[in-house]
Amino acid sequence: MTISIEASNGVCHARVAGEMTIYHAAEMKGELLPCIDCGAEVEIDLSEVSEMDTAGFQLLLLAKREAAKAGKSLRLVAHSPATLEVLDLFNMASYFGDPVMMPRAVH
Amino acid sequence: MEFDQALQTFIMESRELLEAMEESLLGLESSPDDPDSPDNRDAIGAIFRSAHTIKGSGGLFGLDGIVAFTHVVENVLDRVRGGEVPVDGDLVALLLSCRDHIGMLVEQIAVDAAAQPDKETEATGIMLLNQLKAYQAGAKGTAPAVTGARVQSQAPVITTLPSGGTVESDNWHISLRFSHDVLRNGMDPLAFIRYLDNMGKIVHVVTLPDAMPLVPDMDPESCYLGFEIDFHGDNVGKATIEGVFEFVRDDCTLRILPPHSRIEEYIQLINELSEDKIRLGDLLVNSGSLTRKELDEALCLQALSAESCREKSPTQDICQLGEILVKQGMVQPELVDAALGKQKVAKENKVQESKLIRIQADKLDQLINLVGEMVIAGAATSLLAQRTRDPALHEATSTLSRLVEEIRDSALQLRMVQIGETFSRFNRVVRDVSKEIGKEIGLSIGGAETELDKSVVEKIGDPLMHLVRNSMDHGIEKAEIRRQRGKPAKGTVHLNAYHESGSIVVEVGDDGGGLNRDRILAKALEKGLVTANQTLSDQDVYGLIFEAGFSTAEAVTNLSGRGVGMDVVRRNIEALRGTVEIDSREGAGATVRIRLPLTLAIIDGFLLGVGSASYVVPLDMVMECIELDDAERQETRESNYINLRGTVLPFIRLRDQFRELGKAGRRENIVVVQYAGQKAGLVVDELMGEFQTVIKPLGKLFGNLKGVSGSTILGSGEVALILDVPALIQRAVSKEAQLLAYGL
Repeated sequence: MTISIEASNGVCHARVAGEMTIYHAAEMKGELLPCIDCGAEVEIDLSEVSEMDTAGFQLLLLAKREAAKAGKSLRLVAHSPATLEVLDLFNMASYFGDPVMMPRAVH
Repeated sequence: MEFDQALQTFIMESRELLEAMEESLLGLESSPDDPDSPDNRDAIGAIFRSAHTIKGSGGLFGLDGIVAFTHVVENVLDRVRGGEVPVDGDLVALLLSCRDHIGMLVEQIAVDAAAQPDKETEATGIMLLNQLKAYQAGAKGTAPAVTGARVQSQAPVITTLPSGGTVESDNWHISLRFSHDVLRNGMDPLAFIRYLDNMGKIVHVVTLPDAMPLVPDMDPESCYLGFEIDFHGDNVGKATIEGVFEFVRDDCTLRILPPHSRIEEYIQLINELSEDKIRLGDLLVNSGSLTRKELDEALCLQALSAESCREKSPTQDICQLGEILVKQGMVQPELVDAALGKQKVAKENKVQESKLIRIQADKLDQLINLVGEMVIAGAATSLLAQRTRDPALHEATSTLSRLVEEIRDSALQLRMVQIGETFSRFNRVVRDVSKEIGKEIGLSIGGAETELDKSVVEKIGDPLMHLVRNSMDHGIEKAEIRRQRGKPAKGTVHLNAYHESGSIVVEVGDDGGGLNRDRILAKALEKGLVTANQTLSDQDVYGLIFEAGFSTAEAVTNLSGRGVGMDVVRRNIEALRGTVEIDSREGAGATVRIRLPLTLAIIDGFLLGVGSASYVVPLDMVMECIELDDAERQETRESNYINLRGTVLPFIRLRDQFRELGKAGRRENIVVVQYAGQKAGLVVDELMGEFQTVIKPLGKLFGNLKGVSGSTILGSGEVALILDVPALIQRAVSKEAQLLAYGL
């Protein structure tokens, strides 16, 4: 799993690639949460997420909550099929309130 | 598998509840005058709770027949409890029939879980429902005034809800809270929900992240999520759903509400969950589990019960107690409607549950078998130790055998049950039969706390039933005859039990006319059972009624009188190594006395030697041992009795009895044994002392062998026969009587 972070125009773009699972959960928490501080808006690109489990999903929830607490907006964009399935099963797409894109062609 | 086990538990519990229900109903019937007395109020409450619990548990198993019927009964009971319907004899009789019907339904489920009730049962059900309508009729539309002052008043509110207090949704509601460690243990909640989705249709999921702590405390490897799931599945039972979460059973709190659960159950659910209550309520509405109206009713109900709770006790503590109990799963939620009165019961239930464990009977039997083997092995060890003449070893083995003896006693104690439960079942029998035959008869019970082996208790039920019916039908006279004889018009059947020299005695007595000696004798002559010149004691004559095909009843009723039965009673009792005898006084009543061995497994025995063989008699039956000196041996050679301190003691020479050929011993001893008030002596060569005897039954081949009741294995590995003392005494006594009769 890798997270690349870019900040531009006060928007923090985080791009997660690989597995968002319990194996990387601690690492992810350390990298994702600081994103919230680095811009007024946070955008997390999930297009390269190949697998997501409850631990990974929980981190997104945490990030969303913390962003809201700090008065910032956090968006999830370009959901990969793996992430969409989880959001769907947990019925949480509306919680994040992001427009869900059609999944991009599967590699 | 799990489902089956749970169903067995349901059936067992239902039986117990039905029994409790019957007891309360009978109590109610015997004192219906004052419906508001505390006893009667308790009884009504208990009856209601039994019905309610059966309905609730039945619902969990999808036993619609039971639920539908019990629901109506419960409604009526509820009205009785609320004081809207007066208790009278007719209602109690109807409720008793309803109880029987529920019992019937449960028994049919016990035979085959998927069984549909047969036509006859169904017809009974419909008839009873029609009769119940009379008590239900006013229920519709007239919502009783809700004062909040009485706890009971909350229940009628529920019954006025649409669809009878149950929610409209036909979805299962599953409430899941995962423990923090679930992810670390390699389980992913996601997978379980996915799996659930495969089994049926997940109608709605709400993910609850509320438990997630602040960032610094949030461990990314812990799970903080909870889920409220509405699930629709055809042919899915509670067990199947539980099965889905089998692997995470230890890592999650799972609550399942079946379709159409009662609103209280949802309230309970809301109360149990840690999240904000209003929010949860809304959540349930949003997910479609509850309609808005149902939620409002529920919240109002909850407020009401809390209020009435406060009124009864200013502190909130007692209300909370109920919740805690439910949370811990100590009592069924149904039992703890947030009301105070019920909480007392719940508390009692909790105490009872923690006192009792259910054990499968075969596990206990296995334990007792093992203890039996240990006793035998222990005997072998002490024998070896004695031979070595090593005092230390000797001491060690004797400590060991003492312990073995204690283990044996405690193990046997486990199987001991009080006979009272069996006795109290006859309350109903006596009530029903007395109605049927139009005699007023009461039952009195004595010695209910007398304990005996569980296996004996089970087998004694049928014979007792027969004897009680017999007493009622033949024994107790019609009211006018009783009055003529100067007896109270109401007859009494008496059940009694007590211990006596190693046996338990169970008596079935009545204050009726007693047995007619002459008629029995005449009948016996007619049947050729006795000859005219036989001298028979009263006991012998009365004993004749236990012969096959013997009945002196003038009228054959459908209860008894056909002459089948008494012989079966005797056979059943004899199969338990017991005996039956009758005491009767003309005009004053008869008492049938059943004597049974205390246990069927292991006894304290007394080891005797005759020639090269060993015999065992139950130690409890041994009165004393007397040594015969040479003069006495000469004297007794020809006779079959001795003078024991002024009384005649008949005896049997075991050497002759068992055709022991070996040379007579140097000395002879008489062992005086006693059974059922009669004494006899057994002449033996050697007294070998106490011996823990594991009773091994004899093979079928030896079934007709007289004088021997079983066998056992000695420490040396040799087999010893256990003597059937009652039979031997009988033999000694009757031989003596015959000799006297012929004037020898």
